[in-house]
Amino acid sequence: MDKTFTRTFTVVGNNFTDAGKVSTEIKMILKQLGINSTIIRRVAIASYESEMNVVMYANKADISLVVSPSEIQIVVEDVGPGIPDIELAMKEGFSTATTEMREMGFGAGMGLPNIKRNADIFNIESIMGKGTKLNITVSLN
Amino acid sequence: MMEEEFRSIRIEKEICHGCMSCMRICPTHAIRVHSNKASLIKELCIDCGECVRTCEYKAILPLTSSFSEFSKFKYTIALPSPVFYSQFGKEIQPGILLEALKKIGFDDAYDVACSSEAVSIALQEYLDSNEGPRPLISPYCPTILRLIQVRYPNLLENLIPIESPMEIAAREAKRKKMQELGLSEKEIGAIYITPCPAKMISILSPPRKKHSFLDGTIAISEIYPSILQAIPQITTKNDVKEVRGLGLGWPIVGGQVASLKAEECIAIGGINDCIRILEDIENGKLRDIQYIECHSCPNACVGGSLTIENQYIARGKVLKIVEKYGSQPCQEREYIRELYRRNFFSQLGKISASPIKPLDDDISKAIQKMKQKQKILDMLPKIDCGICGAPTCETFADDVIKGLTCADECIILTVKKFESMSGNLFETAQKHSRKIKSRWEDEKK
Repeated sequence: MDKTFTRTFTVVGNNFTDAGKVSTEIKMILKQLGINSTIIRRVAIASYESEMNVVMYANKADISLVVSPSEIQIVVEDVGPGIPDIELAMKEGFSTATTEMREMGFGAGMGLPNIKRNADIFNIESIMGKGTKLNITVSLN
Repeated sequence: MMEEEFRSIRIEKEICHGCMSCMRICPTHAIRVHSNKASLIKELCIDCGECVRTCEYKAILPLTSSFSEFSKFKYTIALPSPVFYSQFGKEIQPGILLEALKKIGFDDAYDVACSSEAVSIALQEYLDSNEGPRPLISPYCPTILRLIQVRYPNLLENLIPIESPMEIAAREAKRKKMQELGLSEKEIGAIYITPCPAKMISILSPPRKKHSFLDGTIAISEIYPSILQAIPQITTKNDVKEVRGLGLGWPIVGGQVASLKAEECIAIGGINDCIRILEDIENGKLRDIQYIECHSCPNACVGGSLTIENQYIARGKVLKIVEKYGSQPCQEREYIRELYRRNFFSQLGKISASPIKPLDDDISKAIQKMKQKQKILDMLPKIDCGICGAPTCETFADDVIKGLTCADECIILTVKKFESMSGNLFETAQKHSRKIKSRWEDEKK
């Protein structure tokens, strides 16, 4: 028997109106599964930052939530421009956000480092012109 | 055994028509309608009173005390919510209304707005001197407090640990009377004149501690007629106590924020907007905001379900009252700051979480149940028609998983089932009819 629960959501780029909806749904699922609230908060921050990255920079993405009795995984696979220099993008304060985005309170250059900080395992791969894939794991033990 | 849980409403089954308006409006999906009667899932209810307001048949009643219950006290003190001052003609000053409360049977009346002002100063001190998590959230709407306990236990640490004006006022009023009259605390009844049923719950089962300094509540709407009659009897208009201070503005959205000097404070009215903001905070947003004033009612306390005056007019009256009496402080700022340093405003005890019950306590089982729920949800029409007795298809799927209802209750699923069954029946009938016909034709030849 498959011991995991999986649900995939689609996020569309530039859709600021719906930004945050996926994280809200993910939180609701985790609360129903009885996940500890500190862990929910870490997953919420990581998934929200990923969702915002898709909204701001990508065309669209599939965000999958995979919960097993031992860990929570968030996989974000976007179709977008890709990140030219991942090492640079992982630096706190580095951002390619436009002035408009910053005025709205986004793009402080904290997204990726914040995701990494809240994850137990964090993987990022990016192919220029194709897209970026994040793999965020938070352990339940 | 579980402690009996009090909630602020009671559903009168005989009066209930099963119309579902309460079920649809409930922000936490705590109401179901089965066999044409509404019922409440207590653990999900946050005492917001939306159902009380929406029920056309008055089948949902708020829980408050009645006047006769207070006869057990030797001495009673009325503590009116500052909303009370906005319910009458604008020429009637707050001091007269305190006198009117004495006329209708209370031994004394004590102004709470003055404590609201003191609490504002304490809030300011707390904001200035504590680093901790941001934004800080105001804990003074009991519904929001409960919403956080139930749905956002993560955010309990963002609540400001400063006691509410009504508790401070009750404690001080009692302390003074105990000294003055030589009575014990138990002999004095402190009664809050409330604009909403949620305050009753915060007294009956306080979220933080076993003990509240208040002993009961009575609805503004209930004493309204007798106050109207009492007002003309007050002749000593020059002797009435002057009520003043910025605390008078607390019952409207932005009232708390207006009494603070801190920058980056926001005020929110309406339970659904509050839910949105709390979601944002949980996602790590709004960290630049210092303080968030949250009210379950769109117009804050002047819009409480136990008020009489139209909430927009009441709001206007509060603004006028603040203009007239608000500029003069009630007490010296430095004195309040000293009280703050002596922990005068500190809350007793810690507020605990009472999170939604998970699908199962065992995570592996919860995961399996979540998968089943997803399967059911995929079959459902997702039109949230409510005919099954649950407010949304999602809550219906939850109820099916928890064994509270069965999938057949979904009218769309059942119709589909009938359709496929009757389709088969029709086809079979046609087949047989063709057979019979051809045979009959054969025989005729």
